[in-house]
Amino acid sequence: MSGQTVKTPTVQKEESMVLQKQLIGDYYDSLGRAPESGKRVVSTFVPGNLAELLRSFDLLPILPEINALQSGMRKLSANYIAEAEKQGHSEDVCTYVKCDIGMLKSGSIGPTGVKLPNPDLLLLSYTGCFTFLKWFELLRQEYQCPVAMLHVPYLSGGRIEPHHVDYVVKQLRTEVIPKLEQVSGRRYDEARLSEMLALSVKAEDDFVWVLESAKHEPSPIDAYFGGVYYIGPIFTAFRGSEAGVEYYRTLREEIAERIRLGLGPVTPEGTMEKQRYRLVVEGPPNWTSFREFWKMFYDEGAVVVASTYTKVGGLYDRGFRHDPNRPLESLAEYCLGCYTNLGLPSRVDLLERYVRDYRADGFMINSVKSCNSFSVGQLLMLRQLEQRTGVPGGFIESDLVDPRYFSFANIKNRIESYIQMLEQKRMTRMPA
Amino acid sequence: MSAVEILLGIDLGSTTTKAIALDHAGRVLGRGITNTRSNYNVASRIVRDEALVQSRFELVRHAIAADPELSRVERSFIGALVRNFRKQQHLEQLERLESALDHCADALRYAPCREAVKEKLHQIDEAIRSRVPGHFSELAVRKSDFFRDLAAADYMWAAERFSDAKSVSFDVLCGLFDAAILEVENAATDGAFERHSGPALEQTLATAPAEIQKRAPKLRAAVESVRTREFRVLGMVGTGYGRQRLPFPKEQVRSEILCHGLGAHAMFAGTRTVLDIGGQDTKAIQIDSSGIVTSFQMNDRCAAGCGRYLGYIADEMNLGLHELGSLAQESTCSVKINSTCTVFAGAELRDRLSLGQKRSDILAGLHRAIMLRAMSILARSGGISDEFTFTGGVARNPAAVSALKELVKQNYGDRTLNISPESIYTGALGAALFAQRASEGRTVA
Repeated sequence: MSGQTVKTPTVQKEESMVLQKQLIGDYYDSLGRAPESGKRVVSTFVPGNLAELLRSFDLLPILPEINALQSGMRKLSANYIAEAEKQGHSEDVCTYVKCDIGMLKSGSIGPTGVKLPNPDLLLLSYTGCFTFLKWFELLRQEYQCPVAMLHVPYLSGGRIEPHHVDYVVKQLRTEVIPKLEQVSGRRYDEARLSEMLALSVKAEDDFVWVLESAKHEPSPIDAYFGGVYYIGPIFTAFRGSEAGVEYYRTLREEIAERIRLGLGPVTPEGTMEKQRYRLVVEGPPNWTSFREFWKMFYDEGAVVVASTYTKVGGLYDRGFRHDPNRPLESLAEYCLGCYTNLGLPSRVDLLERYVRDYRADGFMINSVKSCNSFSVGQLLMLRQLEQRTGVPGGFIESDLVDPRYFSFANIKNRIESYIQMLEQKRMTRMPA
Repeated sequence: MSAVEILLGIDLGSTTTKAIALDHAGRVLGRGITNTRSNYNVASRIVRDEALVQSRFELVRHAIAADPELSRVERSFIGALVRNFRKQQHLEQLERLESALDHCADALRYAPCREAVKEKLHQIDEAIRSRVPGHFSELAVRKSDFFRDLAAADYMWAAERFSDAKSVSFDVLCGLFDAAILEVENAATDGAFERHSGPALEQTLATAPAEIQKRAPKLRAAVESVRTREFRVLGMVGTGYGRQRLPFPKEQVRSEILCHGLGAHAMFAGTRTVLDIGGQDTKAIQIDSSGIVTSFQMNDRCAAGCGRYLGYIADEMNLGLHELGSLAQESTCSVKINSTCTVFAGAELRDRLSLGQKRSDILAGLHRAIMLRAMSILARSGGISDEFTFTGGVARNPAAVSALKELVKQNYGDRTLNISPESIYTGALGAALFAQRASEGRTVA
């Protein structure tokens, strides 16, 4: 409902957002300078990324999913996808892949306009997404560079067993570390890695505090639309860095202040003043119409208090921390425990916990058209979750970065209908 | 006399716009429907006025039924009165069409042949007018109640007769109609009952049988009392895709999912599952015993298998939309068609025709294809519970209903399938009920 936010003519940003923009800008600049600086570059995926390990070798990560989503938010993805389709990739292929391939074919100009270097290594950490293998198979053809494969066992049972950890650590020692040594020309330095993991823990603690701040009413954050900004540094190149620690410290302070003042999240149109519905969201957001998508929620007074997408790079809020005393083991546990590596029952358990712990009025699933790995079973999840929690679920469909699959009127209609359904249910529970 | 308190629900669909007027007790007084055209504001005004016109007829009916002396002539009198009223209304619209045609013919491009064009238009006007009484006779069966459809059919018939490739071609006359009808359609006129009920009443009485004529003073009084009766709108709620355009606050705008759920509940209280197939979307809705929506699913990403699918097929086959279902019902061996993509279905249709398959068999297959799609959406929403209510324009199509019945039985066993003859108004009814609840200070029952 317009009138629930204090409208201002310019887009409102928190201090941490400005800091994050700076971090990301610097990161892309450092990638752009890699050919001159001599820094070696490793392409890898967000879920189960070994940011500290790469950093301990002075290697720079390139994250194709981040490039794709950044391109989506900057309205560059449509042309990249068209380019990939010209190369023969079908309409049904993951649009992150097509966006990445299209960017590559269009001169590898990154989302900030900086030319990205070719990777020296492809570090394929397989964590539940079947497409990752094919994606890097394509990149290997393009870049003709070595691949380090890290096979992370899928947690269909939902529990990390000691043999899982042993299996991953063994691969780190025999496959990943030797290749990183080869590419970087440095020896593996476990003490250095441990120091970085200690920094990770600091950032992780603050990050979890931020996520859990949504348990307050009113919530000081939107744990999905704001959350995707909050996960930026910790899911990407800044884990294990002082800059990452600083970002999460700033963010925590900012949110602590917001709680003290009783303020809601900052939306692009200002502080959200009225929170009528607390929602949990499953699935990634649509990036090409991100602001419009967010507006559909805050216009209805809906704030997202927990989301699973903000756990694809680690389930820190379920207690996981990197452990400087068990560096490789904790990296293995990190990879194993990412949300993307969980089976459907574990995903339902997690969502159920969020609905209860965050006292949600409802939950919404945004199913991604081109993502077979994660869209499968989402309707089943919806039914189970409704049965277990008694809280109604909503279902919408869009895509990651293909603007053709964001049908504005249809999605808005569904969200409005869903919210009105929540309202109707709420009124029936009220005493006469 | 005190004002009549009413509640209005308006459903701005992609194909048609509907309105329902309820009295304060929640009984339907009047309905209105029009083609949505490209102007939601005009469409909503027109249906609102039409619902009020029908409400006035309903009040006349009440007044007559309440008087023992008049009640025995109620049906014949009201029937004739309505027909004469519609004829008057149609003639008024025709007059506006004639004037719009004349105005359009003044465009610069017709300058070289303006006189000839105007002469042809004059001939066409005369011919069309001569057909009007036939449309509103007691036994007339109109293919459509929309002025646009009736006027277009008559105009094309006359234009074919009077056009002349050497002077004023058929194409020129068609172009003029397209321009003029837009002008007519996009200007709403209200106060129809006040203007036309008087002449309609006199015509009715003049040609009525003796048993009506001898009651003329009382009948006149009944109509007159309603003609001047004031309406007070206690609340109005809008729904449908165009709802954002409705000139009332957001609190009075409800999603069509909720409105269809509540509307279906009002029509059939035992309803637990609702299927609505409208022009551009298909909705499967689960509701509880109070008509409150518990879950819903809609067609995703594309409108395959919606009402427009049938509209497209009708166009492809050069048939009226209302003719499709009955033709499909003649099928003896339904053709299996998998595609629910509207455009592909058109291609499949042409392919099957070229193979010599019967139109009725192909159409039966197409109807089944859209129902297969609906079944998938129903399954996603939580299946079909007893009772099951089918709403929306497609519920009027007998072949669609047969295909649905068969598939429901196959997949879910016996289910009570409810279809109201007024199913097209389900969303508007739900909206009006929301208006009623809001006016009583409650959001739900």
